[in-house]
Amino acid sequence: MNLSTPKECSQHKSSQARVVLRAEDVWKSYDDGAIAVLKGVDLQVLEGQTVALCGPSGCGKSTLLHLFGGLDSPDRGHISVNGVEINRHSNLLRLLRHEVGFVFQLHNLIPDLTLEENCLIPTVAAGIERRTARARMKELADRTGLSHRLGQRIQKLSGGERQRTALCRALMNKPKILLADEPTGSLDEGASAQVFELLLDLVATDGVTLVMATHDRKLAERCDHLFEMRDGRVHESAFAQ
Amino acid sequence: MIFLTLIVTNLRRHRVRSLISVAGIAFSVAAMLTVVTILQGAVGMFSGILSSDSEIVVFERNVSDLFFSNVPSGALNEITAWPMVAHADPVLFGIVSSADHPIITCFGVTAADARIRKATWVQGDPHIFAEHSDDVALGERAADLLGAKLDSHVPIGHGLFHVIGILKTANGFEDGGVFMPLNSAQEFFHKEGSSSVITIKLRSKEDADSFKAMVKTTFPDLIGLEDAEFTRSYSQFKILKATAWAVGGCGLLMGGLGVANTMIMSVFTRIREIAILRVNGFSHAQIATMIFGESAVVSLLGAVLGLLAGTCLLLILKLIPALHGYVDASVQPVVMLIVILLALGTGIAGALYPAAYAMRIRAVEALRFE
Repeated sequence: MNLSTPKECSQHKSSQARVVLRAEDVWKSYDDGAIAVLKGVDLQVLEGQTVALCGPSGCGKSTLLHLFGGLDSPDRGHISVNGVEINRHSNLLRLLRHEVGFVFQLHNLIPDLTLEENCLIPTVAAGIERRTARARMKELADRTGLSHRLGQRIQKLSGGERQRTALCRALMNKPKILLADEPTGSLDEGASAQVFELLLDLVATDGVTLVMATHDRKLAERCDHLFEMRDGRVHESAFAQ
Repeated sequence: MIFLTLIVTNLRRHRVRSLISVAGIAFSVAAMLTVVTILQGAVGMFSGILSSDSEIVVFERNVSDLFFSNVPSGALNEITAWPMVAHADPVLFGIVSSADHPIITCFGVTAADARIRKATWVQGDPHIFAEHSDDVALGERAADLLGAKLDSHVPIGHGLFHVIGILKTANGFEDGGVFMPLNSAQEFFHKEGSSSVITIKLRSKEDADSFKAMVKTTFPDLIGLEDAEFTRSYSQFKILKATAWAVGGCGLLMGGLGVANTMIMSVFTRIREIAILRVNGFSHAQIATMIFGESAVVSLLGAVLGLLAGTCLLLILKLIPALHGYVDASVQPVVMLIVILLALGTGIAGALYPAAYAMRIRAVEALRFE
């Protein structure tokens, strides 16, 4: 179904929940319009929901996440986060430092730094006090089972540990929205399941809104809402839970 | 702390490249320090000749070089009679040649001159200086170069001179020079009745301004300058100093280009990493600060190593007998500070383009394509 009007994913969440992410008639293309990726996407995500975006490679899942995170801007249409429209005049630093966290398929950690140093990067950017940052670091490391690996360099961590580290880093500044782009895409089945369980647990505990792009339909179906992306548009697929 | 860790980590990641940059700055700083210190030492020595037991030097106005200055003996006589003047000593500078030594500085002075009276005479008697027109006293190094001994005769220019003394002095110019009686020097250099400068010792230093004003009104073609003023304003000194800084600056520029190259390569090879920092909330300013920080660390390390290397080089040069008296190995703190600031400035300038490039990196493109 093509969503010509903003689609609310609100069936089983409180009807009072506010919209934290909104895309309205969003268009995006590359190579001067030669490659049209998004063709009038409409989507609304309510606070605290977990939403999966499924679809083939190149269908625009990552692009939509980047737009929500302020990393890119749409050719046309409107993107708003927490009720504030994202455009070139927006305070993108505030958005990246405090409102959204990113997790990528290829973890995107800095290999020469330790696990702890990687996780502290967002707190340095945001100017968070060292003691507070370390306390948060310890809390997340305990919850993700990484406490014993804090001083390890990234090269020495397993794939699952790296992705858990990326998850910690994304949540360091307590964002209310987590944008995950194929977070388990580079992991084997066991590690993938482990990381995904952790992801769901963390966002549920902290009340974080999760928007996840994934190829893995099994994982996607465990989210509150699942959307298919085809032909540059978002189609509601199913309500998984 | 993490910020510093990022800076150090980036430099350690490509150690050889970073070390080459540090070495580039270090060599530049050492070269600049050496050249500037040697030339400043030379300037100081020349100034020292003029300021020997005097506070003011009088010479021909607008002259490009003191060797071309002509101060008539009439002026000397009149100035000597001024009540504020304790003593006035004429000095005639000349360049003479000798076998195998094309350039020897010659000082035509009177027997009363402090350069003669107060020098350490290794051999000979200062009291007999200027008793005969062919008398000369040699600086210790000049005597060494000419192979001259006391009471021997040395060929200087077209003349043969009798060595009546050998002086020891810490001043390289004097130590490598020949002291002639003023009258002989005037005749030798065809400058009868004139000297190059008159060095003035005042009865009271407070009379300096009035003395200079009297010189200006009485002798419009002459100028009187206090020693510090002379050192500051003498065009030859200015040219020497400017040349020293220019040569050193060129060296530093080369070092700066090395830093720029390192920083450019450093940024180009971690575009994705910079994109990650952006995604994690690093501002343009924070990215730029990180790049400038790396460059500053390289520059400061280079500057410190360069200062050490330069100082060692100066000490080694000072030990070379041929340079005895010409090299002052004591590095002035102000020179050290300027060199460090220049190195830092060069490093920062070298990081301008890399920092601007890093600030322009679009996270979304870097993460998608790299």
